Amino acid sequence: MSTPALDAALAPAAGPADAAEAEPARSGRAAGPRRWAVRLGSLAVVAGLWQWLTAADARVGLRFDRLPSPAEVAAELGRQLGTSIYYLDLAQSMMRILTGFALAAVAGIALGVLVARSRWAGDLLLPPIEVVRPIPAIALVPIAILVFPSDEQGIVFITFAAAFFPIMVSTRHAVRALPTLWEDAVRTMGGGRAHVLWNVVLPGTLPGVFGGLSVGMGVAWICVISAEMISGEFGVGYRTWHAYTVVDYPAVLVGMASIGLLGWITSAAIELVGRRLTRWLPRVGEDAEGSSR
Amino acid sequence: MSTPAMETARADAGLAIRLDGVSLGYGRQAVLRDLRLDITPGEVLVLVGPSGSGKSTVLRAIAGLLTPRAGRVLAEGVPVTGPSSSRAMVFQDDALLPWRTVRRNVELPLRIRGVPRRERRAAAESWIARVGLAGCEDRLPRELSGGMRQRVQLARSLAGAPRAVLMDEPFGALDAQTRGEMQRLLLDVLRGTLATVVFVTHDVDEALLLADRVVVLGRRGGHGGIACVLPVPEPRTPDIDRAGLRARIIEEL
Repeated sequence: MSTPALDAALAPAAGPADAAEAEPARSGRAAGPRRWAVRLGSLAVVAGLWQWLTAADARVGLRFDRLPSPAEVAAELGRQLGTSIYYLDLAQSMMRILTGFALAAVAGIALGVLVARSRWAGDLLLPPIEVVRPIPAIALVPIAILVFPSDEQGIVFITFAAAFFPIMVSTRHAVRALPTLWEDAVRTMGGGRAHVLWNVVLPGTLPGVFGGLSVGMGVAWICVISAEMISGEFGVGYRTWHAYTVVDYPAVLVGMASIGLLGWITSAAIELVGRRLTRWLPRVGEDAEGSSR
Repeated sequence: MSTPAMETARADAGLAIRLDGVSLGYGRQAVLRDLRLDITPGEVLVLVGPSGSGKSTVLRAIAGLLTPRAGRVLAEGVPVTGPSSSRAMVFQDDALLPWRTVRRNVELPLRIRGVPRRERRAAAESWIARVGLAGCEDRLPRELSGGMRQRVQLARSLAGAPRAVLMDEPFGALDAQTRGEMQRLLLDVLRGTLATVVFVTHDVDEALLLADRVVVLGRRGGHGGIACVLPVPEPRTPDIDRAGLRARIIEEL
């Protein structure tokens, strides 16, 4: 029995307060009210610091006197929430990122598995992929404008290119690192390539693949916003850049906060789905439950 | 051969396996050379040998996971070219798919064979009960002890109704008491099946407890091979003094 397992097994004896706290930690999903309080408090402290620095017109090397205060930004946000254009921008950006990301996930996982499982496919496909990979996706904007008939497709392509590489590379490494024992087991049951792929490779690589999906979502946001700033007509990135060009700083910050919130929601969604699908992984503190039975 | 008469009468259930001048190895080095061995349908053949003698390598070749460098492995007279559901394998540890529950692990060989859902569920449940794990169907492998995981592996390998079961030190990672329980369980389960069993172990007592015949692998010169094949009189009968045979095996090792 491992030490964390032992600790968790002993936790109920340590007193009602400790036991109550150990419970959410063990389930790994639901966080207790105390942990939520800390999380929200952390956000509140940052906002409070910002308010204080701007209200005091602080000039401590950095010039906070010209930065809009949280109150001004909140007022601007309130105004924008009443306009339909705000929601249209959010929807547009979400549509772009979800389309690009979904395409990248499918292509990245498929190609990652293919190049890791087939030497022939690896030799054929890896050289061009490795040459294109170091190019930042945002540097593809001129090419995207040239090649794609509409800006819309160009932006989705940039998003796709950004998310594709981390997903493909993580998948490839996860497939390579898979123990051969599971594959041997399925083969001695009479399973062919398709059975091995479906019953071993795909589920076994999920933890690694989700690492790639998380990173991919992060860079996809960077690139969709940048691409919108360069060539969009709608979208949060376009709106934020537009606000900057007319020196409307509260609106710039509303745009930034919206990007932050959307990015956080999409990352959290991936995290949640990933945890759901990899519940079989041993987690710290959780294995106490099973091995002590 | 000491195969019981009842089993020879229904020999069609167990698989006859022949090693015909088989040489095995990884990379350039040959680990074993020119193995010749006939495994009778329905018998329990135990391979013993010191670590590095190539016991597991022989088993992998019979399973079809390793292609011989020379010679042929024949199953029922047909050369083995790859793994097959008729030759199930039980590995030492951690061979259960960790994302599948006990039930879904045991169902897997049936699913691969295309057995309908209801039928495979019933078969899996009956095997899980037989290895003493009724009530644990929905647990994940990480929630089980080492001994329980090996019970699941046993159930999984037998659920596919294989004609041969290849066991690669299946109880090697267990503590002495659990190993004893597992050996009794295996004897009990084998009584109900006609499958040929090839069992690899480094434990001489385990070999004598289970075997119809014991094959000792040894090292001769630069490579390994079969040192001797010893039939076990009145196999799997408790309270028989096998000190003589035991001494003989240890001497060969």
